[in-house]
Parts: sequence; C-alpha cells; structure tokens
Amino acid sequence: MRLSNKSKEILAGPFSKNNPVIVQMLGICSALAVTSKLEPSIVMGISVTVVVAFANVIISLLRNTIPNRIRIIVQLVVVAALVTIVSEVLKAFAFDVNKQLSVFVGLIITNCILMGRLEAFALGNGPWESFLDGLGNGLGYGIILVIIGFFRELFGSGTLLGYQVVPDVFYQWGYVNNGLMILPPMALIVVAVIIWVHRSKNKDLQEN
Amino acid sequence: MKALRNYLDKIKPNFAEGGKLAMLRSLFEGMETFLFVSNDTSKSGVHIHDSIDAKRTMTAVIIALVPALLFGMYNTGYQHYLAIGADPGYWMTFVYGFLAVLPIIAVSYIVGLGIEFTVAQWKKEEIHEGFLVSGILIPLIVPVDTPLWMIAVATAFAVIFAKEVFGGTGYNIFNVALITRAFLFFAYPSAMSGDQVFVRTGTTFGIGEGATVDAFSGATPLGQITIASSDQIGSFQAVDVLGHPLSTWDLFIGLIPGSIGETSVLAILIGAAILLFTGVASWKTMLSVFVGGAFTAALFNLAGTTVAMSVSPFDHLLLGGFAFGAVFMATDPVTSARTETGKYIFGFLIGVMAIVIRILNPGYPEGMMLAILLMNIFAPLIDYYVVESNIKRRLKRAAAKQS
Repeated sequence: MRLSNKSKEILAGPFSKNNPVIVQMLGICSALAVTSKLEPSIVMGISVTVVVAFANVIISLLRNTIPNRIRIIVQLVVVAALVTIVSEVLKAFAFDVNKQLSVFVGLIITNCILMGRLEAFALGNGPWESFLDGLGNGLGYGIILVIIGFFRELFGSGTLLGYQVVPDVFYQWGYVNNGLMILPPMALIVVAVIIWVHRSKNKDLQEN
Repeated sequence: MKALRNYLDKIKPNFAEGGKLAMLRSLFEGMETFLFVSNDTSKSGVHIHDSIDAKRTMTAVIIALVPALLFGMYNTGYQHYLAIGADPGYWMTFVYGFLAVLPIIAVSYIVGLGIEFTVAQWKKEEIHEGFLVSGILIPLIVPVDTPLWMIAVATAFAVIFAKEVFGGTGYNIFNVALITRAFLFFAYPSAMSGDQVFVRTGTTFGIGEGATVDAFSGATPLGQITIASSDQIGSFQAVDVLGHPLSTWDLFIGLIPGSIGETSVLAILIGAAILLFTGVASWKTMLSVFVGGAFTAALFNLAGTTVAMSVSPFDHLLLGGFAFGAVFMATDPVTSARTETGKYIFGFLIGVMAIVIRILNPGYPEGMMLAILLMNIFAPLIDYYVVESNIKRRLKRAAAKQS
C-alpha cells in the first residue's frame, strides 16, 4: 500500500518538525515520570500510540454526530474506555512493567497530546488521516521517551532493559552510577539537551 | 612590567584573525586582560568608569578565600595524622594537605576554564572571568576524598547547564559552585555524605602512610547531631575523630572534620573582613544570614525535642558550611538580591531555610547549600517587590504633595 504525499506528511511530521514533546511541549509530565528506565518508556510510548491512534479514529467517525457543546465529554469517554483497555492488557501480559508505570497508565487520559490531537485534528478530518496522525504523534512521543529512557537508564543504573551494559571493570576503577539521572530533574535536563540538539539542526524552529 | 607588556605586544598579531595561533585567541585575550587593565575603553564623550572591573573584583574574592584555603589544607593534613595517630610536625601536616587539595583545584580549573575558553572561542566572545572564583570555591566545598572524575563531571555539568546556557558570567540564576556541589550531592550521595569521606585516611603521593587508630570515626559534628538519639538531649557532645569532646572554641578555630574550606569560622571571618573592606560583598546580606540562622535556631531551641533542635544558636552558626555559605555564597553579586532592602530579606530567609532543612530533614545534615540555591530562585522576585513597593511609596508621597 502506498501513502499519498499528504498522508506521509501527516504521519512523519510529528517525528521531527512537529514533535509533540520537543516542539509543542506537550506530555512533558509523563515524559519525566516514567523514563527512569528504558522498558517502561517503550511500553508507555506504545500505550500512548495505541490510545491516541484509535481515539482519533473513533472521534473522527463520530465527528459529524457529536453535538459541539458536549464534545469534550464524548472525547473523554472514548479515551477513558481505550485507556482502560490498554491498562487491562498491560496488567494481563506485562504485570511488572504495569507496576512500574503505576498511575501513569491511567493518567494517559490526561495527556495533553490526546486532547490536543482530538480537538485539533480528529474533529476536522477523516478516519484514515486521523489514524495516521494519531500514529505519528504517538510514535513521535514514544521516540523522545525512548531516547530519554535510554540515557537515564544507561547513566543512572548502568543497565539497558535490565541487562548490565557498563562493564564490571569500570566499577572496579571507581565508576559510580549517577544517582541524579534516576531523579526527575535530570529528565528535564535530558529533554532540554534533546531540544537543544534538535533546534540547532532545524534553524527554522529557533525562536528569538 | 614593561618587558611583559612589550612581549605581549610582540606576540599579539599571532592571535589575530588569520594569525597562525588564531584558535587560541580567547586564551590570549583572557591572559592579557588578566595581567593588564583592558585597553578597549571608551575614548570620547562623558563616561564614568570604575577602575575596578570584573576581573579585579574576582581577584579580591580569591584573596579573601586564601585564608580558608590554606587553613583547609592544613586541616586536611591535621585530620589525617590525627586519624592514623602520628605527628609529623607542622610542615609535613601542611604538605600532606596541600598535596591532597591541589589535584582537586587543578581539576576544577582545567575543566571549568577549558569549557569557558572553548565556548568563548566558538561564539567569538571574550572569555568570561567568572570561573576564576567558582574554580576555587568548588574545591573548598567538597569533601577531600571526592574522586577527581566526579569533580570533573560535576564542574562540566555546572558550567554548561548553570552558566553557559543562561548566557555566561553575570547571567546565571544559580551560584555555579553550589550547582556543582548539588550535582555531586544528588548524583553520588555516598561520596558526599556519611562518615567515610570527610577525613582522608589513605596516602597522598606516597606520604602519610599508616593505619587508622581504633578509636577513629570520621563523622562531622553535624553528622553526629543528625544520628544522635533523643535521650541525648542536654548531654550531647560533638566529638573529634578520636572521640575527644569538641568545645565551642574548637568549632570556631575549625580543626574538625568537614568539607575542605568550610570548617574554620576564623579563617572565613578574615575573608569576610577582606570582602567588606574592598567593598566586594554586602554586609547586609552576610549579617542577615547570620541573624536569620540564629533566630530560627533559637525558635527551635524552645521546642527542643531532638538533639538537632537543642543545639544552641551560636553553635549552629559555627557548624558545617553555614559561615562559609553566608560569607562567600550568599553574597555572590550575580545571584543574590540586588536591591538594598532585598538583601536583608534574601539573607534572612537563607538563614531561616538553612536551619530548618538542617533540623527537620534527617536526609540532609547540612541545609546551607539547598537554602542558598532555593533563595537564588527567589532573588528576582524579592527585587521586584522591593522596587514595586518603592514606586508605590513615592507615588503616594507625590500625590500627597500635590493635594
């Protein structure tokens, strides 16, 4: 199946030029909270992608029947239902990760990316475009989470996905894991560094 | 002096744009203005220049830090030989401490200045002189046994994220040296607290060999206060590394375990005198930090349900990094409040917060660092309200005159 140029733009835009986290500054809260390890970051990225993609499709299908004045409530119901499904699936098949993510799976419902995409895109576009948009934004969010989680787990715990990657001989030489990487402030600084690198590559995004 | 000037003039063209050493331009300019007052001053019109520029101000602070630094070196050796039960004489004691502290100073300067020079060269700016002071403050506020690579990482972090990203010297919101310490404290807590790090028990470049004596314990007085149980109220006595009781006088002189430069209130007060005499630091900030600390400690004395609460206000001011922070950190002209009334508020709240953190949070035996960083954030707010209230008062006065 080939995507038209417009669809490609919808899908790929959120990866870089229109990234929800580092350009639109949405979903920062969960990006700080769940990224101390790589595994929960990946799971969180996938969960948000699934929720935002399907919520987009459903709202897009309903967009002509929802009365304008109660649209937020309808959106919330749809999102809440999807989040509950994701949460139950995680509990059933990835219980440990679900425990690490704790309330943040439930809090996907308050993730600004979701309401933002529903309001800004799904209410005005067809189901297929909405699906691509949701997929793109969810993955754009997930990429950032994975990058943050990668650096935080590598420097904070010396492991990746739970496997030790910093060799033992480093520890014998006196290397110590950086405890600050585990704490939320460092996630903000890692996000800042990602934004720094990203902006220096994309001059048109720089603000004065 | 003349010969030096001539030499500098001779080699100067090499560093100009297109010269063979152009990549070291910022280094040359930095050294030139460090040695001689800059020649790039305005030549016409009405301008008033203070003959003391930023580099000269920084030099005054460094001179003020020398007593604390020398005493810290001596104390490092003193604590070491006390711990291994030997007495090599005054000079060997100092040499041991000197050799132990020197690498830390070297690492802090090389990393910090390296980043500053690189950034200056890259952005084609003059090098900022601010790190001259930060580079000497950093060694003074860390435990002597901190691994050098940790200091390098923390210094790099602080210079990049607390200073350069905000625009360099004079634009930083937080005190750079304290950010270095905060980074170390949260990233490597085991190297920054506890009773293993404040007294160097190993050898330094092969000298000072010996096993620690049995009675040795490296806990700082503040560390002892934090772990003391509440039945010791009234009978608590801070002890030195061999278990001998410490008097208030000992705390004042400062031959006690602690971060390198913070122990001696006497040496710090000499530094304070130099700062006040040269007009670099504000007595208002210093005084109000001490007043705030004493006031809060006195309030806690009234409750007195733990040992930390029952320590007398005077001892609280002598212990840990309180005096050092009050004299050298709180008065930092960039990060403290700038209005005159604001300085009182700023200093007072630092004193209050330092004692509150020290007493109420068992995880942080010393609260000075966090208190100053916290108030750094609020300094612009304090200034804003002082200015606003001043405007209001004067408007009222003007209105009263007109009617």
